Amino acid sequence: MRVADLLAFAWQVLRGSISRTLLILLAMGIGVAAVVMVTALGEGARVYVANQFGSLGTNLIIVLPGRSETAGAMPGVLIGKTPRELTLEDALALRRSHAVRRIAPLVIGAGDVHALGRSRETSVLGSTAELMEVRHMEMAQGAFLPPGDPRHSQPVCVIGTKLASELFGAGRALGEWLRVGDRRFRVIGILAAQGQSLGSNTDEIVIVPLAAAQALFNTESLFRILVEAKTREQIPAAQADIEEILRLRHEGERDVTVITQDAVLATFDRILNALTLTVASIAAISLAVAGILIMNVMLIAVTQRRREIGLLKALGASGRQVRVLFFTEAMLLALGGAAVGLAAGELGRNLAVQMYPAIPFQAPWWALVAAPATAIVTAVLFTVMPARRAAMLDPVQALSRR
Amino acid sequence: MIRLSGIVRTFLVGGEAVHALRQVNLEIASGEYVSIMGPSGSGKSTLLNIIGLLDRPDAGTYELEEKNVTALSDDELARVRRENIGFVFQFFHLVPRLTAEQNIELPMVLAGIDPAERRRRLTRLLGEYGLEGRAGHRPDQLSGGQCQRVAIARAMSMGPTVILADEPTGNLDRHTGQEVLGVLERVHENGGTLVVVTHDPVIGARSSRRLRMLDGAVVADEKD
Repeated sequence: MRVADLLAFAWQVLRGSISRTLLILLAMGIGVAAVVMVTALGEGARVYVANQFGSLGTNLIIVLPGRSETAGAMPGVLIGKTPRELTLEDALALRRSHAVRRIAPLVIGAGDVHALGRSRETSVLGSTAELMEVRHMEMAQGAFLPPGDPRHSQPVCVIGTKLASELFGAGRALGEWLRVGDRRFRVIGILAAQGQSLGSNTDEIVIVPLAAAQALFNTESLFRILVEAKTREQIPAAQADIEEILRLRHEGERDVTVITQDAVLATFDRILNALTLTVASIAAISLAVAGILIMNVMLIAVTQRRREIGLLKALGASGRQVRVLFFTEAMLLALGGAAVGLAAGELGRNLAVQMYPAIPFQAPWWALVAAPATAIVTAVLFTVMPARRAAMLDPVQALSRR
Repeated sequence: MIRLSGIVRTFLVGGEAVHALRQVNLEIASGEYVSIMGPSGSGKSTLLNIIGLLDRPDAGTYELEEKNVTALSDDELARVRRENIGFVFQFFHLVPRLTAEQNIELPMVLAGIDPAERRRRLTRLLGEYGLEGRAGHRPDQLSGGQCQRVAIARAMSMGPTVILADEPTGNLDRHTGQEVLGVLERVHENGGTLVVVTHDPVIGARSSRRLRMLDGAVVADEKD
């Protein structure tokens, strides 16, 4: 039998019982669409988290004081011991590593900001000129903090765009003076709007030179040191260098925590992937259900079409041909169902994108391949039995009934 | 040439063996017109099914065109059936969702004949059986006589040497039955072997050789 004839024959069968065909297409379509949608949601969340981390900076390593590890130390030593603080000298010492490109020490606190008779409380960030590159910040107006010795400071500051409009309204902010606590700073730059990035909103902060922030909050210790490695490959080397340098500076104690962006990202990745896979497998069960539905329908078809099958055999169809006819029918149903499902999945994805534009919903390629493939495999698998039954039908008996 | 020797066919009905055919020996020469008559349950349909290779005997040998077909596999039987044998049934057995034309085409589709050749044969068959105006009609839009003509055209589409008809007029009124029989007899006049199973002695009388069956055996064999 020619392939074109085979397809035409199966097509006529499907068109002949249109409601049956539509129901199967619906069941298959829901299965495929569910897999596509669920993986698109998972993948969207994953990419969203990755982007959020990416916006923090590239090849970023974060050094924080203290170590959340108790292993290896004698209990007596731990009692009453406070972790050594991170200092500016610690930060500057990190420049000795060949794997480190830039460092940005950070001091963070809250302060009252006054200007033109208005005031509000906001986050005050003390850092150096390199913060801009390390954190991928962009300027809307003016310049970032001037480079120079971080031990000394000029009375200048950079503010977020929302803060600028709150303090200075529509008027000119650049070059104006503002007061934080008891110190005065001249506004030399306004940050471009970046919005929320992993909890810290750069639109509402004041960035002052490190030394000024240390004086303002009366502290010598650093909140964080942000380190940028030279390349992605050098991140582990930089991490090792940092740990070694700080250990030597802290009298042999490993009392800092060094985390890399990649490590955090990898953890998120694993969690989200596991979630996506789990939910996708649950969705795949609906495909198996659709497969069983196909089997049922095919079994009914074999019973209903006994006479026709008997006739085909009398006209010279072999058992193999009858089997192939049933498989072709199931295959067409599965392909149609997969197409319906992919279309519905795409529609649902578009809806989700409209509702949450921030999250890049996109089903991964493996789901777009696996969902229709699973549909086709289940359809074929579940047709084996009905097709065999049809092929083994005795034509004499099949034809003898009216 | 059909040669049956010692054909036995037994069915199990409710645990009891029913001897549908007991040691049937029969030779039908090419081009013969044979009718098989007998009461219900005498084995005439079973005999026809065995000749048509739809059923296999439990014992005995069957030679078709000098070739032993008793030992063929199912797929080989399907091929022999397709190429040598045409069936005409009492209830027509047309596929309801297909048009008259598509029904006639079915054996050629199953045989994988190329569409241009199929079209050529279809045109000839539709003309030959007076179905030109009915090609696009489905069976439920055709009269009984037209349905049976479609079925005969279908049986003839592969150019078989043997036509087997099981009560071909059993579902038609007398007049239409005569007409359909006339169509079938044309096959015989063109040199084909025609075997008709019937209840009707009038129809049986039209054949040149009349077999009478009783309890699974051929009890009478008359030739003109």
